[in-house]
Amino acid sequence: MANPPSFYETPAPPGLKGIKAWLLTHDHKRLGLMYLWAILFWFVIALCVGFLLRIELATMGPTIMSARVYNSAFTLHGVIMIFLFIIPAIPAIFGNFFLPIQLGTDDVFFPRLNLLSWYLYMLGGMLAIVSLFSSGGFPDTGWTFYVPFSVGTKHNVPMTVFAAFILGMSSMLTGLNFITTVHRKRDPKMGWMQIPLFTWSLYATAWVQLLATPVISITLLLVIVERVFQVGLFDPAKGGDPILYQHLFWMYSHPAVYVMILPGMGVISEVIPTFSRKAIFGYKAIVVSSMGIAIAGSLVWAHHMYTSGMSDTAVFVFSLLTFLVAIPTAVKVFSWVSTLYKASIEMTPPLLLSLVFIYLFSVGGLTGLVLGAAGPDIHVHDTHFVVAHFHFTMFGGTGFAFFAALHYWWPKMFGILYNFRVAYIATTLTTVGFMFHYVPMFILGLQGMPRRYYDYLPQYAQGNMLAAVGGVLLFFGVMLMLANLMLSFRQRKTASANPWGGCTLEWTVPSPPPLHNFVTEPVIKDYPYDFSDVIAQIETEAKVEQGKPD
Amino acid sequence: MNPVVGVDQAFWYILVVSAVLLTLITVVMIYFVIRYRRSRHPLAADIRDNWKLELAWTIIPTLIALSMFVVGWKSYTGLRSVPAGTVEVEVYAQMFSWIFVYDNDKESENLLVVPENTPIKLNIESIDVIHSFYLPAFRVKADAVKNYPTYVWFQTQGPGEFDILCAEYCGLDHSQMLGKLKVVPQAEYEAWLEEY
Repeated sequence: MANPPSFYETPAPPGLKGIKAWLLTHDHKRLGLMYLWAILFWFVIALCVGFLLRIELATMGPTIMSARVYNSAFTLHGVIMIFLFIIPAIPAIFGNFFLPIQLGTDDVFFPRLNLLSWYLYMLGGMLAIVSLFSSGGFPDTGWTFYVPFSVGTKHNVPMTVFAAFILGMSSMLTGLNFITTVHRKRDPKMGWMQIPLFTWSLYATAWVQLLATPVISITLLLVIVERVFQVGLFDPAKGGDPILYQHLFWMYSHPAVYVMILPGMGVISEVIPTFSRKAIFGYKAIVVSSMGIAIAGSLVWAHHMYTSGMSDTAVFVFSLLTFLVAIPTAVKVFSWVSTLYKASIEMTPPLLLSLVFIYLFSVGGLTGLVLGAAGPDIHVHDTHFVVAHFHFTMFGGTGFAFFAALHYWWPKMFGILYNFRVAYIATTLTTVGFMFHYVPMFILGLQGMPRRYYDYLPQYAQGNMLAAVGGVLLFFGVMLMLANLMLSFRQRKTASANPWGGCTLEWTVPSPPPLHNFVTEPVIKDYPYDFSDVIAQIETEAKVEQGKPD
Repeated sequence: MNPVVGVDQAFWYILVVSAVLLTLITVVMIYFVIRYRRSRHPLAADIRDNWKLELAWTIIPTLIALSMFVVGWKSYTGLRSVPAGTVEVEVYAQMFSWIFVYDNDKESENLLVVPENTPIKLNIESIDVIHSFYLPAFRVKADAVKNYPTYVWFQTQGPGEFDILCAEYCGLDHSQMLGKLKVVPQAEYEAWLEEY
């Protein structure tokens, strides 16, 4: 049977041509790809800024930039990576593209809202660019915009803060769309316990996006109000309370780290069973842990504030809750590793990236225990230990899950495969660079080197040099990985509908999928990770192959 | 007990247990990937869950996590419970230096001199943006916030010199906001106090 034309050849709404078919589209798949290019653009920019920061820190004293530029550069790196890359990356690209397909439907519930949310994302990004060149220049506050510094600095804080506000709107609307789609648009035959784990993780994430983002939105607007009208909400010189700002900021920004990591965990929960050709271990436990992380993760924000001067009682409560949120995370790691037991494992680039994820993310999670513990945190709070910890979770975790997702779903999105050998080399280079880059930062932090330091004492020189060497490897590793994916467009090695032997619904449709996703009515399995059909099909194909006279 | 010892024990406890867990996870993962590779193990077993195992790996980590919480909390109380007989010094943080004010109104910038074998209490406040008083050698850190006074205390031992750093980003010269702590014998301390 000939495949129907792919969504690339079928604009939605119909009749749109050329660039309009993209810029006015309602198709969740096109929107996913539009996010892909925009997000990759920002990722590469922020990666370059991070690279320059580490070159600056390679040697003591000024190396390649002034303190003023450095302070804006680490703010820029943080703001882009957080608001323009890591929060939207997996939900907006892969969520948009695959959530409706995994649910057996043709689009999200609010396609036009989905388009609006892409425009808000682009607008937020544009404002960030404009604020770079506006009077005062990009903020030098760090991505946390702590008051009263952010109220007093001459850099252009309001515009950047407003950009973050707009990006928050975009994130909220995506969350709203996903929740509604899961509830109202999934195939009527699909029960809650038949939803694939990637979609489950997006569902849990969406609730956090929807409920936590308004807190930061209001807070960011209040920072602008404080700057413009000098009302004294946060500035202690005017009777305001800077600790209030920190509570409000982290009330969103801690749940936000789960917005960043949960979809990544969802990706891993898809990749591991596919290449194990085996049911995921503990499906229900993973579902419960996703929801558990979303709920408990919303109640631990003040563990960023042990040294802020808040009461010891608050330190006690938030430290205890922080340790409890570690449990569902541990359950997921154990479930992934157990899935490999007695599996039939095929090594591929997405699987290798997922295994590296498990290792790096475990390091990130376990060092989080050091930071959750009240006494030890006092010593390492706001040091390079924290920098290493969150890069292990956010880059080693979400970043590697993002890379895994790119390599896993690339053939489905574009209908082509990339060069495996280069992908392996790039993954290895990135991983080795990563370790050399961030492990020295743990040690620097334990030795007492604070973060956001333009210059440092002589005892920290060796560690910083080592981190710079690792940073160079890491940078070129990531560049090689992305270049390899780009080159796949030139090689055009066609991918089949199910190149990996996956068993969720996206692997039952053509690569790339047609406009309405499904050619025939989707078949909903009782258990979403039942590989018996896939195995039977592969065996039949093998028999046909053998029967052919050569 | 010197609070530094408590904090360091908590560090070691958490780091060693974590290292053991990490090693177990990694070794088991790599072993499975090699042992059950498709060329050697073409057909996977159909194992979907095992409630006993899942219960075990929920309860045991909970207990481990709670023990870490307790150890961490105890070491924190050590940092917070100030003993009697401290020498108190007022600390004012400003962009970009530390001002130390003693009982006799002696002022000093970026140099804190204290006697050996004495508990020291520092009352910390900022006069502008938020800073954070950080003394890595004694594992203490506290944010300096205008109008919100706070404190740290530590127990000095023998004489020595230690770094004081600002740990909360405070602007252009954040990384230059450095001070020195000098622990000196009692007599030397008293002589220093009288110098103007």
